[in-house]
Amino acid sequence: MPVSLKNEAAIAGIGQTAYTKHSGVSELALTCEAVSNCIDDAGIDPAEIDGLVTYTLDSSDEVEVARSVGLGDLTMYAKINYGGGAAVGLIQQAAMAVATGAAKNVVVYRGMNGRSGQRMGRGVSGDIISSDLIHWSWYMAYGMLTPVSWVTLIANKYMHEYGATSEDLAVVAMTQRQHALNNPAAAGYGKPMTLDDYMNSRLISEPLRLFDCCQETDGACALLITSTERARELKQKPAVIRAVTQASTQGQEQMTSFYRDDLLSLPEMELAARRVYEMSGLGPDDIDAACLYDAFTPEVIMQLESFGFCGRGEAKDFIKDGNLTLGGRLPNNTHGGLLSEAYIHGVNNIAEGVRLIRGQSCNQPQGVEHVLISSGVGVPTGAMILGSS
Amino acid sequence: MTPEETKAFEEKIHAFVGRENGPPKRGNDDVNEAMIRHWAEVMGDELGTYTDAEYAAGTGKGGLIAPPAMLQAWSMEGYPMAENPAQDIQRQLHNVFDAHGFTGVLGTNTSTEFFRDLKPGDQVTAHCIIDTISEQKATGRGIGYFIETLTTYTDQNGEEVGKQVFRVLKFIPADSNDAADSSTEDDSPSVPTRITSPRGHDNSWWWKACDEGKILIQRCTSCQTLRHPPRPMCGECQSIEWDSIESTLDGEVYSFTTLHYPKIPGYQYPNTVGVIQLSEGTRLVANIVDIDYETIKIGMKVKGSVEQVDEKTMLPVFRPE
Repeated sequence: MPVSLKNEAAIAGIGQTAYTKHSGVSELALTCEAVSNCIDDAGIDPAEIDGLVTYTLDSSDEVEVARSVGLGDLTMYAKINYGGGAAVGLIQQAAMAVATGAAKNVVVYRGMNGRSGQRMGRGVSGDIISSDLIHWSWYMAYGMLTPVSWVTLIANKYMHEYGATSEDLAVVAMTQRQHALNNPAAAGYGKPMTLDDYMNSRLISEPLRLFDCCQETDGACALLITSTERARELKQKPAVIRAVTQASTQGQEQMTSFYRDDLLSLPEMELAARRVYEMSGLGPDDIDAACLYDAFTPEVIMQLESFGFCGRGEAKDFIKDGNLTLGGRLPNNTHGGLLSEAYIHGVNNIAEGVRLIRGQSCNQPQGVEHVLISSGVGVPTGAMILGSS
Repeated sequence: MTPEETKAFEEKIHAFVGRENGPPKRGNDDVNEAMIRHWAEVMGDELGTYTDAEYAAGTGKGGLIAPPAMLQAWSMEGYPMAENPAQDIQRQLHNVFDAHGFTGVLGTNTSTEFFRDLKPGDQVTAHCIIDTISEQKATGRGIGYFIETLTTYTDQNGEEVGKQVFRVLKFIPADSNDAADSSTEDDSPSVPTRITSPRGHDNSWWWKACDEGKILIQRCTSCQTLRHPPRPMCGECQSIEWDSIESTLDGEVYSFTTLHYPKIPGYQYPNTVGVIQLSEGTRLVANIVDIDYETIKIGMKVKGSVEQVDEKTMLPVFRPE
């Protein structure tokens, strides 16, 4: 019998650094701080950590982190591909390790000088060295060099077909900014955003504007995954992994899946949705809050349809009713998300999911039993459902 | 130069080694907050220890400090040097090089050591010597010699606060008719071109055809399925045999965006890029040109052609029919 990952593992610790625009320290230094804070949060001995998982894009190798933080002997380490699409894939890797005994206590991390160092928004260039270099050849000569440009080619098709407008995108941006106003760690803390602010922000990749785009952040975030049983003995209330999956579908490209039959949905996110609902035995009605990946506002809108919170083309109406706010049907990114808290490639969204289960969010809704969290949009992705134990 | 001439030349230049470039040069201004603030602003390096006296007082620095990289700035000559360069020993040395055909000059690298933080009120004096001259070297720029100057910086008490090694290459410029080196001779900036599409085994055939004015669509010779972007294997029947057809470039706008920011050198902005649904059935990402971008609509019919878009780039471009 194949092992189901349902309820096998839990997130027992979260740690982060300050989120800034100029850390002044190395990415490894940020990562060590976040990992150390995570271990303290869980109340576990560093020597007990025997597994590490991060992003292929991360510059801090596992052994460097292990040596710096004083972790134990490692029996599992891995890196997951596809930028923010890796996010919950890290958790899947860790949960598989815990469920099979490959490792007992796994820390996953992402640390980046995303503003003062290498900026994602600055775009790819002719000197990138990677196996998908040929893939980018179809876009670079035309000036399609930035994540927002690739995302907009799909978003604009969706907006045209279903009549979604900039005002609809603004709802996502403003709702999450509203959440960030209560989060001292957030870039948007103390900076309210009005519709005028949104509409006056400069055009980047039309129709997307600056405030449709996430932050660029220096910072790190880390999470500890261990068995649900062990998690119950540690300091914090466990956030039990009800289901977790990665997802890539036919015709998938990294950010540029422009050649599928239609561009009006996110097939890989629909696969992720089917998988996590099936594994957990839950459905959209059981989800009390979400941290939907939000590098760009239209991604949130399209995911609401992928995960079945509304029908195709209905998301713009769903959000107009205030459903993403604290009093709404699906409070989303209650920390501010990538748009208004920080861009730590989605790991900070998972951390918020854990806080929501613990009851520790700066915007804690009542009675949160299950939280849905997704990975990067437009790339091979994934999703996860966390539950209280 | 004959070997004898070279020997005589090298004796002349080596006589400069160890000489002081000129009398010690005291900076025109003492270390001061205004220059520190300007520097921090321009460099975008506004650490509290450079710009916020109150904050700086509470740090281990005990008060404002100058950014270490400003060390050289305190004793620089300033703008007059552009019109009236100092006739110092270094200039005399360069004149010897120039007279022997080594007219090219290239600053190659510098390294600086910092011994202590400078604080407002410090007085910086620079002491510069011709430190070393290399043997003759054959470089990409031409035959030449590396000259290193060593500048020691002292404070009002005569204590050393830092030192800097600066290396330049004096060289005989390679033949300016040589195309490979013409760029080094031409002072006018070159016009940036678009980023060259990386070419490898699986796509270079497509770009080569594009260079020749044709847009091809890969076709599986086993099941006849067309595919773009090209791939080594047919996803329908797993055949690795393929040929291609030439696209008519008739199509319609399937989706598009107009890029405003960031503005990458080599591209015109606003820059409209479309996903073009070609009549053959595949899609192609390409620029849409010669139209007010605000009037572009999804579904609009377009016609493409392959054109030279800059000095070295051939690309398909689409216009409304």
